Amino acid sequence: MAATFKPLSRRRSSGRLWTYVPMSVLAVFFLFPIVFMLVASLKSDHQIFADMDSLRAFLPVGELSFANYAAVFDRVPFWRFLGNTLFVTFMVTAFGLIVNSMCGYALARMRWKGRGLVFGLVIATLILPFDTTIVPLVYLVANLPWIGFDGLTPVLETGWLNTYRVQIIPFIVNAFSIFLFAQYFKSLPKGLEEAAAIDGAGWLRTYWRIIVPLSKPVFATVAILTVVTSPATWNAYLWPLMTVQSEELRPVMVGVQYFFQLDTAWGEVMAYISMITLPMVIVFLVFQRAFIQSIASAGMKD
Amino acid sequence: MPIPVSSRSAPPAGAGRPAAAPARPAPAAARRRRSHSRTEQRAGAAFAAPGVVLLLVFVIGPAVVSLVLAFTNARLVSPTPPEFIGLDNFERAFTEDAAFHRSLLNTFVFAAVVVPLQGGLGLVLALLVNQRLAGRNIFRTVYFLPVITSMVVVSLLWRFLYQEDGLVNSGLSMITGGAWAGQAWLANPSTAMGAIVVMSVWQGVGFHMIIWLAGLQTIPEEVYEAGALDGTTPWQRFRHLTLPLLKPTFVFVLITITIAAMSLFVQVNIMTGGGPVGSTSTLVLQIVQKGFQQQQMGYGAALSLVFFCVVLALALVQRRLTRDRD
Repeated sequence: MAATFKPLSRRRSSGRLWTYVPMSVLAVFFLFPIVFMLVASLKSDHQIFADMDSLRAFLPVGELSFANYAAVFDRVPFWRFLGNTLFVTFMVTAFGLIVNSMCGYALARMRWKGRGLVFGLVIATLILPFDTTIVPLVYLVANLPWIGFDGLTPVLETGWLNTYRVQIIPFIVNAFSIFLFAQYFKSLPKGLEEAAAIDGAGWLRTYWRIIVPLSKPVFATVAILTVVTSPATWNAYLWPLMTVQSEELRPVMVGVQYFFQLDTAWGEVMAYISMITLPMVIVFLVFQRAFIQSIASAGMKD
Repeated sequence: MPIPVSSRSAPPAGAGRPAAAPARPAPAAARRRRSHSRTEQRAGAAFAAPGVVLLLVFVIGPAVVSLVLAFTNARLVSPTPPEFIGLDNFERAFTEDAAFHRSLLNTFVFAAVVVPLQGGLGLVLALLVNQRLAGRNIFRTVYFLPVITSMVVVSLLWRFLYQEDGLVNSGLSMITGGAWAGQAWLANPSTAMGAIVVMSVWQGVGFHMIIWLAGLQTIPEEVYEAGALDGTTPWQRFRHLTLPLLKPTFVFVLITITIAAMSLFVQVNIMTGGGPVGSTSTLVLQIVQKGFQQQQMGYGAALSLVFFCVVLALALVQRRLTRDRD
């Protein structure tokens, strides 16, 4: 018995080896820059370059300190930047969920005039890359009116530049989110609304009490895709670079600009980019299943 | 909008609907349906309104404005109103603007390399982590990690790795036993774009691995069992069973990578600024430089329109090609 099993298991384990070897090589390829970043953030510039010729570049050895991190706090108002990014990300995501889900719901399950037209608009904007409208969008937001408050008296203001709203409001609506919501709502069983109507619930209550609780997966998907892929949330860079000049309103990614200089302090750069990467990595590791699921379901629509 | 019945005669939505049994059921039912569909009309429009307004103001509006500005000499800040100049912007772009020509070519080359590379490597990774193996989730997480890392961060990080005294050179020199003479990858016109290709694929491929994986997992196990019984090799099973069944995923992967590749900007902006000597300049970089930094809004809009037409044409061609193959 043992003799007949042995060759089989050996063959299998050598087969395994042949998949583990390329998989591990690939893993090294995907991990080495990130490991290097984290390790280098703890070293002085002198040591980073001294260690570059050996595997020490990836090992936390030698004189380690948080000096680079302390220097980052001296150079940029880190907590302010982080707070701005978190606030903008939260607002874009939260309002996006409300606005896009209601629009998707109206398109998927209600009959009203203009529905076909709106659906056409949503589909048309699906393939419109954000970059093609960015220049006129800057011009537009520079001239949009807004009602501000001076104490309690409302004041008509012009221009959205240098505000939080310019970082939030243009990015709430998203054609792909609307599309994902509409697809999901279409798959819900027919007759839900009729059953609710018999109980005397209006449209808003039906939506809020029945549809939303049944649709948690699509809400999670859209929230995650918004945070990971929107040009205005965690990764916002080009847009705030163009529209926000004052330091108090800047998000974390724009903060990298403070480190561009002739004689770059690479240890500080590594510390800063570690600081703006780790929060997202931790969130990802905690909610990994939901992340993977969201991206997978985004690809299943065709 | 004409409303068929006076709104006052309508009962409040939902209220008193199945109340007392009506004396004449048929007309009551008809009235109920009508009022229901009218509240549905209004509720539907109201539900969609915020999204539609935002879409019109911040997406469609700027797109239309861009379309109009493309035929004018508008500037971002200007004392004189913009004038209609016909096709002058396009003429300038296609006949005079060498930087634009170079950028157009660079963008196409980048897409032509990245699309098969990232799509193919994504599929390979998906096939690897789709096996029943101990630790496959760890590998999946590792391959996906760069996607979570912002492109801004990745660009800065790799800029350092690509330096003459950076990690890429020291690694190559270690592997070749010191034979490799280091070079500054991003400062050399013949290697800068290749360097950006490698780091772009490194950052983005995990995303498409997940998309491929989702496609693979929709293929039922029985398909393979049937295939295995016929004595086929794994390659034949992959070629004749897996690949055809992955076609919808293939179309999605193809189009999304193409659009992302054509929009190449952040990496270039942070790593090279389009240099050296224009070797990494791209369409979007030109749009931002001309339209925003140099404030030539009309010209920037014209370039945007060219960019949009190119992306649209590519998407349509890809759809057509993948459809006809049936």
